[in-house]
Amino acid sequence: MSVSVRHVLSVWHRNASMYRRTWKLNLLPNFFEPVFYLTAIGIGVGAYISEIGGLSYVAFLAPGLVCVAAMNGASFEVTYNVYIRLAYEKTYSAVITTPVTPEDILFGEVLWAVTRATIYGGGFFIVASLFGLVPNMMAVLAIFVIPLTGLLFASIGITFSLHMPTIEFFSFYFTLFLTPLFLFSDVFFPISERLTGFWLNAAEVFPLLHPVRIVRSIFNGDWGLHLLWDLGYIVVVSAILLFWAQRTIKKRLSN
Amino acid sequence: MIDKVNLDPVVDVQNISKDYSGKIAVSNLSMEIPAGICFGLLGPNGAGKSTTLKMVYGVTSPNSGDIRVFGRDVTKYTRETRSRLGVMLQEDVMTDALTPRQNLETFGRYHLITKLDLSKRVDWVINFMELNSHADVKVRNLSGGFKRRLAAAMAILNNPELLILDEPTTGLDPAVRHVLWSKIRQLKAEGKTVLLTTHYMDEAERLCDQVMIMANGESVIQGHPRELIKSELMPEVAEFDCSETEEMKILENIEEKSLALRSGDRLMVFMEDATRVLEAINQFDGGSRRPVYSRPANLEDVFLSVTGLRLGEGQ
Repeated sequence: MSVSVRHVLSVWHRNASMYRRTWKLNLLPNFFEPVFYLTAIGIGVGAYISEIGGLSYVAFLAPGLVCVAAMNGASFEVTYNVYIRLAYEKTYSAVITTPVTPEDILFGEVLWAVTRATIYGGGFFIVASLFGLVPNMMAVLAIFVIPLTGLLFASIGITFSLHMPTIEFFSFYFTLFLTPLFLFSDVFFPISERLTGFWLNAAEVFPLLHPVRIVRSIFNGDWGLHLLWDLGYIVVVSAILLFWAQRTIKKRLSN
Repeated sequence: MIDKVNLDPVVDVQNISKDYSGKIAVSNLSMEIPAGICFGLLGPNGAGKSTTLKMVYGVTSPNSGDIRVFGRDVTKYTRETRSRLGVMLQEDVMTDALTPRQNLETFGRYHLITKLDLSKRVDWVINFMELNSHADVKVRNLSGGFKRRLAAAMAILNNPELLILDEPTTGLDPAVRHVLWSKIRQLKAEGKTVLLTTHYMDEAERLCDQVMIMANGESVIQGHPRELIKSELMPEVAEFDCSETEEMKILENIEEKSLALRSGDRLMVFMEDATRVLEAINQFDGGSRRPVYSRPANLEDVFLSVTGLRLGEGQ
């Protein structure tokens, strides 16, 4: 069996139409979170910081928070929501009695998570531009990094969800994985200035670091080959995880 | 000129076996389901009925053996096969936060039904399953009976040629069961082939043209319900409570060929003419034993005699 684009879209469509019904409830908390960080940390704490890498602190913060918004948008979708459909509502057991395959479900869910990441990341990007934090026209290109961030965290999250024995494990995912990423991935301070040697290299494992670095480079007009490493990380890690997840979802739904 | 009639079975299962990490679920099972009939898989819980269904609609693959649905290998042509069949699962797996209409619209998209056809089709199944009054109520507020009607509506949404129903009426009240039975009969009359599992023998007797009784993953017996009763058992049953010593005394003067099945204190004696046993009981204790009654043998008796004896053998 294979993946069929139309069937993948039918899975995506299901989530999109659910979301359309409740978007006001869902959008507000997720959307305001990075806005609060921007104002409290960026403007509040930032008042005590003269400048960082030649920028005001709030301007330093903006690119990272774009990626954080995308990361959160994707993560909520592929963790709790996917797990509920998989293990509680068992919607997938009904879906696979139709021509939709487990692989279609996987890619439909990931595509939807990317969509949600784009809504949140894009929304925050607009807010940041209203604050005057998008420095120039070229910086608008950073918008393309938002769905890529979504893809990376959708792949990580859904792979995790497919292997979780119980729903309680998601609190580990959020507090022991996403929270440290949020704090130590160049969002609040440049880790390259705080870490040295082995630890600086080891930090490259952190997934959020890579999209943040790309968006920051684009904002600063710092185009170079180093972006290929970050881009390559996102694409390769997502591909490996999705390959693994594809095998797992087949096994989980075929028994 | 003779009309060309397609006599190939809709479902053709040959010698399939399935185990889950060493635990046997289905063992060397074969069945052929011709077009237009209702075929019932009967058996106690854990007999392998649901696993067999899952293999027929291609969600689980057998370890060995062949399954052809509509003449094609279901493990190879899964997507096409599933577009021509409809499945009603044992559990209600619709989305609670949506209404029946919304659930049906979502499900129709999985079948790639186009928007215009979909709204017509959804209206049709809502009407057919008599869901109109509750079509726009959130599923979480529906009773069990309406949820089952919705599950059935989802299974027939794509106008399937083969309908697979896994315990369609388990846990329902008698009124809803009768509604579902009449719908299944109507669908069969339209020419659809039905494959269902049940552990209600009355359901099987009412609906099925052919049944297969399963135990421990194997087929024990197959055939038309009434013919099975005829071939497996004597036509009448006397049913009463008695101890094993009383049983010997009551039955000692009955020369006629009989089969006695015991479950605790309850004894069922199968005979050509059960009044002979009733008379023997009356002679034994002067008509004081109650309740004692005779009735025609039914599919449940066949079920108990074939699965009960096998369970006995295994112990």
